[in-house]
Amino acid sequence: MGLIDGISIQLSQMALVLALSPLLTGLVRKLKARLLLRQGPPLLQPYRDLIRLARKEAVVAESASWLFRIIPYIVFATTWVAAALVPTFATGLLFSWSADLIAIIALLGSARFFLALAGMDVGTSFGGIGSSREAMIATLAEPALIMIVFTLALIAGSTQLSNVAGFMLSTGVGLRVSLGMALIALIIVAIAENGRIPVDNPATHLELTMVHEAMVLEYSGRHLALIEFSSSLKLLLYTALIACVFVPWGLAPAGAPLHVHLIGVVIFAAKLGVAGLMLAVFETMIAKMRVFRVADFLGAAFMLGFLGTLLRFVSRSL
Amino acid sequence: MVALPPIVANLWCVAALLVIGAAAVAIGKRNWARWLVYGCSLTVSAVSCTIAVAHLIAAPAAGSEIVLPLGLPWIGANFRIDVLAAFFLAVIDLGAVAASLYGLGYGRHESAPERVLPFFPVFLAGMNMVILAADAFTFLFAWEFMSLASWALVMTHHRDEENRRAGYVYIVMASLGTLALLLAFGLMAGPDGGYTFAAMRAHGTPPGLAGLVLAFALLGTGSKAGLVPLHVWLPLAHPAAPSHVSALMSGVMTKVAIYGFIRITFDLLGPVSWWWSVPVLLAGVVTATLGVLSALMQNDLKRALAYSTIENIGLIFVALGLAFAFQGNGMKAAAALAMTAALFHVLNHSLFKSLLFFGAGAVLNATGERRMEKLGGLQNRMPATGLLFLIGSVAISALPPLNGFASEWLMLQAILLSPDLPQWALKLLIPAVGAMLALATALAAACFVRAFGISFLGRPRSAAASDAHEVDRLSIAAMAMLAVLCLLAGVLPAFVIDALAPVVQAVTGTRMPVQTVAWLSIVPIAESRSSYNGLLVFFFIVSSASIAAFAIHRLASDRLRRAPAWDCGFPDGSPVTQYTADSFAQPLRRVFGGFAFRAREEVHMPPPGDGSPARLTVTMHDLVWEFIYEPIARLVNALAVRLNHLQFLTIRRYLSLVFGVLVFLLLVLASWG
Repeated sequence: MGLIDGISIQLSQMALVLALSPLLTGLVRKLKARLLLRQGPPLLQPYRDLIRLARKEAVVAESASWLFRIIPYIVFATTWVAAALVPTFATGLLFSWSADLIAIIALLGSARFFLALAGMDVGTSFGGIGSSREAMIATLAEPALIMIVFTLALIAGSTQLSNVAGFMLSTGVGLRVSLGMALIALIIVAIAENGRIPVDNPATHLELTMVHEAMVLEYSGRHLALIEFSSSLKLLLYTALIACVFVPWGLAPAGAPLHVHLIGVVIFAAKLGVAGLMLAVFETMIAKMRVFRVADFLGAAFMLGFLGTLLRFVSRSL
Repeated sequence: MVALPPIVANLWCVAALLVIGAAAVAIGKRNWARWLVYGCSLTVSAVSCTIAVAHLIAAPAAGSEIVLPLGLPWIGANFRIDVLAAFFLAVIDLGAVAASLYGLGYGRHESAPERVLPFFPVFLAGMNMVILAADAFTFLFAWEFMSLASWALVMTHHRDEENRRAGYVYIVMASLGTLALLLAFGLMAGPDGGYTFAAMRAHGTPPGLAGLVLAFALLGTGSKAGLVPLHVWLPLAHPAAPSHVSALMSGVMTKVAIYGFIRITFDLLGPVSWWWSVPVLLAGVVTATLGVLSALMQNDLKRALAYSTIENIGLIFVALGLAFAFQGNGMKAAAALAMTAALFHVLNHSLFKSLLFFGAGAVLNATGERRMEKLGGLQNRMPATGLLFLIGSVAISALPPLNGFASEWLMLQAILLSPDLPQWALKLLIPAVGAMLALATALAAACFVRAFGISFLGRPRSAAASDAHEVDRLSIAAMAMLAVLCLLAGVLPAFVIDALAPVVQAVTGTRMPVQTVAWLSIVPIAESRSSYNGLLVFFFIVSSASIAAFAIHRLASDRLRRAPAWDCGFPDGSPVTQYTADSFAQPLRRVFGGFAFRAREEVHMPPPGDGSPARLTVTMHDLVWEFIYEPIARLVNALAVRLNHLQFLTIRRYLSLVFGVLVFLLLVLASWG
C-alpha cells in the first residue's frame, strides 16, 4: 500500500468520524423520541447546536482557573485521536501502529481524567458530584475494558485493532464462548462510558441524577460545543469498536481499490444506523438505575471480561 | 577522570558526601549552610550520576571492582559497579540531584536546619553505598546506615507526637528488615562463610534453601520497599520527613530495596525457578490494590502520595514476578519484556513520585497545610506548581502520552504473553493479576483526580489557601526538571528501553529487540502483535487540539466573559458547599471500602424540631494493623511482663537458672553429635 493511500485513508477516517458523530447522536435522539410517540428534534439538530454554541461567547466562572479553558480542547483532541485509530470503513489506517487498543482506551482515560478535573475546577457542589461519580464509574469500567481487550488480544494474537479486525474477518474464528462474553461486557462498558441509560441519562436535567452533565454544567459557548462534540465522538468510537471487532464485514482491507472503500463507508453508515436503533430501543425499554447499583452492573462486565480471559488462558479453543 | 575506574570515582563521591555531612554538623545553624550542603550534594550527585550513566551506556561486560581494607578483616570491603548497579545508581543520583536542587529553595523554610543538613548528604551516601556494595557485610552495613540516616531525617520535627510514633514504627520495621536480610545472606554464604557476592554467585545456593532465601529477601527488601503487610511504617514515616526527604525516601530509597531484591534473586541466588513468581505476584498485586485504595481514602496530601508509592511498588513486584515466571520456564524474550517493564517503572516512579512530593512540599510551604480539606483554588495562586503537579498526576495515573503509561503498557503486554506458560497455577493466577493491575491503574487515576482536584482546583477552603503564594524559582526548577523528564520518557520510550537493554541482558540473559528504529515505536515482540508510539500520539494530540482551537477561534467566536458560577442557578458563596476529599471518595468507599477497610457510615439525625445539625460518621479500620501488628505487639508485651519477673529473683534462683541453661546447652551439643 502506498503512502499516499495510507494518508488519504487516515485523513478521510478522521474527517468521517467528525462528520458522522453528531448524526449518530441526532439519530438516537430522533429514534428515542419516535419510540415515545414524540416528534423529536430533526436529525441534523446536533450540527446546528454545535454551530450555535461555537458562535456564542463563552461564559467562564470567576473562580475557574486557566485549566478550565484548556480542558475542552484536550478532551476533544484525545477523543478525536482515539476515534481516528478505530477502523470504521477500512483496516489500512496509516497510523494504526502508533497506538494499540490499550493505548486507545488510555487515551479515552486521559479525556475522562481531564473532564473530571474540569468538573472540580469551579468549586461547585454539582461539579464535584459529577466528577466523583464519574471517577467511580471509570474505575469499574476501565478494568472491565482491559479484560475485554485481553480476551480479544488472546484470541487474535494482537492488540493492534487493525490486526484484530483482520483476524476476525478471516474464516478461522468461529463462535467462541469467550467472544460472546467479551461482546456482552463491551456493550455494558460502552453504555456506561457514554453515560447512557441505565447508568446515566444524557437528557436529564434533574441535578441529583446527573453524572456527565453535572461535570460539564459550568461550560458554555465554544467550550460546551467541544465537549458535546467529544461525547458524540466517543459514542461513535464505541459503536465503531464493537462493529469492527464483532461485525467486521464490509471493512475494506488494506490495499483494496477505491470502490471497496466507498462501499465500506456505506456499510459503516448502515452499521451506525442499526446500532443507533438498538441503543434507542434499549434506552426506551429500561429505567435508569440508582448510582450505587451501577457498581453491580459494571461488576458483571468485569467478571465477564475476566472469565473470558481466564477461558483463553485455560484453553485455546474456547 | 579518564584514568579513574568508575568504582573508585563513585566511592570518592560517597566519601565527599560523607565529608559534607560531617561538615554540616559544625555549620548546620548558619544561614549559608544550606547553600553549601545542598550545592555540594547537587554537584557530587550530578558527577556520580554522570559516571553511572556513562557506565550504563558503555556497558562493559565485566564490572569495575575494588576491595578496601575495611569491614570484616578476612574479606575486606568489596565494592563493585556493574550495569545493574549503574542503572540503579543513575536513578538514585538523579533523584538526589533533583532533591538537592529543591532543597536549595525549600530548605529556607526549614525551622530546624541543623537536624536536616548533616543527615541529608549522609543519607545519599548510604543509598549509594548499598548499590556499590559487593559483599554481605558491606551491603548490610550500608543498608543500616541508610536506614538510620533516613530515620534521623524522619525525626527532624521530633516534638510532634505523630512524628515520634512514625520514627518508632520505622526503626522497628527497618531492624526487622535488616534481620531478614542478614539471615538471607547467611543462608547464601553457606557454612564456609563465603560472604562476598562473587563467592555466593560462584558456589550457588542449594535448591532446598532457595525458597527460604527468597522468603527472607522478600521480607527484608519488602519491608523497605513497602510490600503489604510490611508497609505500615511507610505512610507514617515518608510524610513525616521534610518534603525533599520524603521525595527521596519514596521515590528513591524504595528503589534501593528493589535493587536489593533483584540483586539477591536474579544475580546471587542462581537459576530462577518458576514458582518464585507465585509469592512475588501475590504480594505485588495485593500491595498494588490495597495501596491505591488506601491512598484514595487519605485526606493528608503527603500520606496519599506515600500510599501511592506502595501501589507502584506493588506494580514493580508484579512485573518482577512475571519475569520470574517467564525466566523459570525459559521464555527468554518474555522475561526480558517483563524485566524491562519493571526497570522502566522503577525509573518512572522515581521521577514522578519525587515531582509529586516536591509539589506537596511547595503546597506545604505556601499554606502550611497538608490536609486537602483546607486547600483548594491553588491553581490560581500557584500556577507553576499546579501545572507541574498536574503533569506528575497524569504521569502516575498511567495516561498517555506520559511515561507512566509506557511502563504499564509494557507490563500489560507481558501479561498477554503468559498463556504460553505451562504451569496451571500461573495460568489461573496471572489473569487475576492482570485484572487487579487494571483495577489498580484505574483507581490510581481516580486517586490523582482527587488529590489534584481537591488541592489545586475549586475555591480556597481556608484563609491559608487563599493567601498562598508561588514558591521560589529553585523549587520550581527542580519540579520542572522532573516534569520534562517525565514527558521525555513518555514520548521517547524507545530510547529508555534501549538504554535498559544491557541491564536486562545482564539480569535475564537476553534483551528486548532494538527499539530505536522505524519511527521510534516501541514494539515488544513483533509489530503485528502490538506497538505504541508515544511521540506520534503526543504529536497527534497537540496538533488536533491546535486545529480545533484555531478553527473555533477563527471561524466561530473567541469572546470570553467572566461571570459568577452558574451552579444550576443557585450559586452558594461559601466554599464549604464544595465537594471535599471525603465526599469525593465516598462512592468508591461504598464500592470497595466495605471489603477493604470495613468502612461503615452512620447517620445521626436530630429528632424532629431540634435545630442541631445531622452528622455523618464514617468508621474505617486498618485491617493489616489490627490483625497482624496489634496481636504481635500484645504478645510481645505479655511476654515482657512475664519475663520481667526474672529481674527480681534471689541469687539462689539465678544460679540454678544458669546451671539449668548450661545443662540444656550441653545436652543440645551432645545430641547434635
